[in-house]
Amino acid sequence: MIARHLADYLEASAARCPDRIAVVDSQGSITYSELNRQADALAAFLAARGVTRGDRVGVVLPKSIPAVVALFGIMKAGAAYVPVDYTAPAERGRRILTDCQISALVVDGRCLGVIPEQDGTSTTLGAVVVVSAVSDATAIASRTISFDAALESRDRLTLLERNSADLAYMLYTSGSTGMPKGVMLTHENALSFVEWCSSVFEPTENDRFSSHAPFHFDLSVLDIYVPIKHGATVFLISEELGKNPKDLARFIASNRLTVWYSTPSILMLLLQFANLDAREVPDLRLVLFAGEVFPVKHLREVQRRWPSPEYYNLYGPTETNVCTFAKIPSRIPDDRDVPYPIGFACSHCASLVLDDDGQEVRAGEEGLLYISGPSVFGGYWNRPAENTAAFIDRSGVRWYNTGDLVRWDAAQGFIYAGRKDRMVKRRGYRIELGEIERALYLHPRLREVAVVSVPDADSGVRIVAFLSCREGAPPSIIELKTFCAGKLPVYMSPDRFIFEQRLPRTSTDKVDYQALKGALLPPAVV
Amino acid sequence: MNDVKETIRQFILSAHLPGESPDNLRDDTPLQTSGILDSLATLGLIQFVQQQFHIELDVYDTSVERFDRIQDIAASVVRKRVVGGHPS
Repeated sequence: MIARHLADYLEASAARCPDRIAVVDSQGSITYSELNRQADALAAFLAARGVTRGDRVGVVLPKSIPAVVALFGIMKAGAAYVPVDYTAPAERGRRILTDCQISALVVDGRCLGVIPEQDGTSTTLGAVVVVSAVSDATAIASRTISFDAALESRDRLTLLERNSADLAYMLYTSGSTGMPKGVMLTHENALSFVEWCSSVFEPTENDRFSSHAPFHFDLSVLDIYVPIKHGATVFLISEELGKNPKDLARFIASNRLTVWYSTPSILMLLLQFANLDAREVPDLRLVLFAGEVFPVKHLREVQRRWPSPEYYNLYGPTETNVCTFAKIPSRIPDDRDVPYPIGFACSHCASLVLDDDGQEVRAGEEGLLYISGPSVFGGYWNRPAENTAAFIDRSGVRWYNTGDLVRWDAAQGFIYAGRKDRMVKRRGYRIELGEIERALYLHPRLREVAVVSVPDADSGVRIVAFLSCREGAPPSIIELKTFCAGKLPVYMSPDRFIFEQRLPRTSTDKVDYQALKGALLPPAVV
Repeated sequence: MNDVKETIRQFILSAHLPGESPDNLRDDTPLQTSGILDSLATLGLIQFVQQQFHIELDVYDTSVERFDRIQDIAASVVRKRVVGGHPS
């Protein structure tokens, strides 16, 4: 069968192995046939309330079986799901769901603050499906129904035409102007990536996959759809479990996971706070990591504790999903201290390295990495200017500019060399420093704000906010931390706040970021 | 009890609040629910408290309700020391 739609994978597996366990969460498990049945029921319910092909439906849920039902149910209704971090401030979620004009929402009862204001023009919600009981359900939108009631509504689903060019999901990433931007991904984008994973990692129905990343993070695409395609089992790792390394190590062992996929940060957390023991993970065959550079000394240590699996570094922005990869040698040499490269383009992607003038650079020279192929996204939601800037056309082929600087080495493939703009990665998350600045500018006592990042040996990167204040006492650092926690996801909160009388300016009266960064670097040894 | 609170306070100030006036970090200032400590920083604090005071904290001690204020963390430390035979 050639899949044209992500739901085709679920349906084929449900027909082939109906009684196998598809998904396990902290509350229990669900078989393929039951997952498919519930997704059909939710799709029918949504369709009966006006959700139709091309719509967007928000998902604001913890990692759980109902969340997986929601993703498939939404796609089966012909719509695209828009997963929003349920732990992030509700105001940010509300801006995202307002921006993409959702027509329905599946939401945890504790997160009702994300529901967009319905002004009758931009957003009209056909349904709000609430997972987990709320004490005061009547106080929220009138079109509210519990998840269980929605599944029992017995609406009939009319079979829709499925087109692989339809939107499957939209993932919002940090935006430089302060507003997160929606990366639009089609079924074809996801399918081409999943098929590549199948060919390289050769999963079977006996595989037991970790699902550590939240669903609003693109690592979740591999976590969910690769096992579902193969009739394997997905083990959802809740946000709570994910924060507790000792319990997480026990979880990996007791569930005999065979495939692990996460950011290096999580593996380093396990290394630091849990006892990783090879005897406890005899079935682990693959350790995949992505999202940030893995410092070699920590990667080597993980490999020493877990020596038998194969290790892969997967690279790719949300806009392309994984587009290059590198297999890590089975024994990392003791004297290696440079990080492993991001490697070679995946078979479904083509790559190109260009300088600022659009000329191809020679091997070994630094340039911007461009990617083309069926996994490359169509564009950002409602951002014409950024879409123009993101792509170039070369002899009829559309290439996406990743913004990442790389060098080519014939033996190793691409070597990551940083970025020129103000995007940084922390724990695998993309952060536009401008989004942090926008949040801080909302503080009434701050006059000037400039946020910079500096490399850090332990955490990879430190984010420092330079501030100047209006008249009166400056806010305390605790007050600023609390203020940020109310406006930004926790991974975006600055590590340090430094007050200045006024921020340094360049001759053109722009904030002099170089001077601010220079002030943070240790003085050069003369 | 007071020296335990002071040790914890100094650790949080130096590791996570450089530049903050010590007076602003009170015994009852929320740490996790206020955004002062994220999950990673909380793990670091748990590890520090265990090593510094030679105790083992369990899931109960480190729940958000019991690990959100210096006074509650210090109370857990003192209780554990008594149980472990090292009254302060």
